[in-house]
Amino acid sequence: MYHIISIKDFERGEIDELLDKAQAIDEASGPFSTLNGKQVALLFFEPSTRTRMSFASAVARLGGTTLCVDSVEGSSISKGETLADTVRVVSSYVDAIVLRHPKEGAARLAAEFASVPVINAGDGAGQHPSQTLLDLYTIRQSMPLEGIDVGLLGDLRYGRTTHSLAYALSNYDLTIHTIAPKSLELPTPLIGELLDRGCEVVEHEDITDIITELDVLYATRIQRERFPDAASYYEVAESYRITPELLEERKENMIILHPLPRAGEIDPRVDALPCAKYFEQAQNGVPVRMAMLKEVI
Amino acid sequence: MQEEPKGLLIRPIRDGTVIDHITHGEALVVLRILGITGSTDERLSIATNVETRIRGTGGLKDIVKVSNRELSKEEVDRIALIAPNATINIIRDYNVVEKIGVEIPRHLRGIIRCTNLGCISNANEPIESAFEVTANGLRCLYCDTVINSDFAQHII
Repeated sequence: MYHIISIKDFERGEIDELLDKAQAIDEASGPFSTLNGKQVALLFFEPSTRTRMSFASAVARLGGTTLCVDSVEGSSISKGETLADTVRVVSSYVDAIVLRHPKEGAARLAAEFASVPVINAGDGAGQHPSQTLLDLYTIRQSMPLEGIDVGLLGDLRYGRTTHSLAYALSNYDLTIHTIAPKSLELPTPLIGELLDRGCEVVEHEDITDIITELDVLYATRIQRERFPDAASYYEVAESYRITPELLEERKENMIILHPLPRAGEIDPRVDALPCAKYFEQAQNGVPVRMAMLKEVI
Repeated sequence: MQEEPKGLLIRPIRDGTVIDHITHGEALVVLRILGITGSTDERLSIATNVETRIRGTGGLKDIVKVSNRELSKEEVDRIALIAPNATINIIRDYNVVEKIGVEIPRHLRGIIRCTNLGCISNANEPIESAFEVTANGLRCLYCDTVINSDFAQHII
């Protein structure tokens, strides 16, 4: 049985193959019947709009149906049931489980107890492989994943999407630029891991130092709760805000991605620029997740 | 000043296991790893801060003697985490019948608690903690957290 738990479980060839399959789905007109008569459980014990809806859309486009849990409160976990028991029981109702859970490693546990394939839709601050795959897919739509400079901006310490993406990018011959305040830098063990894998990593604090060199700028939300007071948050948030003025000297084909939801880190005026790819990125969630579902079921 | 009396610090055991060359100060942690508490049946002899001439030990070691119990290889390897230089002597009828070194196993289950409070292995789930031993330390197989120091503090 094949589960999708972490981007670390993928070799580069497997990633490329999955992205090729997503592209083939994207380019085909459909309809698809892969999941005709199949049911997929969407167990979302944490709020998520895009991930949950794009998985629901992916299942429907493949001809399948979904059974949904949208919160801990709406499930037997609120009565003290373990995730292991929930997953064991739900396995007997469906053909695959898509799990979003606040605890790190929850998807790995679910895979141990489930009798059907499990896809990790984000566990705590841990892994979010479907997001990473759609991030890679979106980059690949604009440029090859080789010989490019990718900037990761914002909260790199706690943001799981940047951790997974950085790891996935280390499969390719490119340079990662981290752009973050000292307190929110990429964790040292992860940087060590990237360097061990032969990836070039350059650290920056000021985005203006590197903006003209970047082919991809991947922005993430800087969270207010990571700062001791409002003043220090606003000071940092303002200096990491992406504006049309900041982008004036950008490379011609540079693209901006954001896993969304955004909270002021990208000026809405940027939305109209050709480099703004974050809504297309969200849209790409459907073909990428369709490819993932086809892979496991 | 009166001279310290010479003689055996602790008596030989007839049958059982002698764990020698334990990093000094770690004898009680070794007992915890082996699940030996005050309410279990083993007869124990423990010597701490015993002088040794072996280099790299700071001149001190601990020794634990467990009567009437021969430790399994798995139990022995757990000790390697906090006492990598330990040696295990299996004793039968006062003779050493087997002398083995410790080696850190590739995987550790149910021995170390993950330091990440947000890890599912710290939640109320029917699983044991699980770590892979890597060059960089112990990597949690659930959440990827790496522990690279103070292993004794995290022993369950």
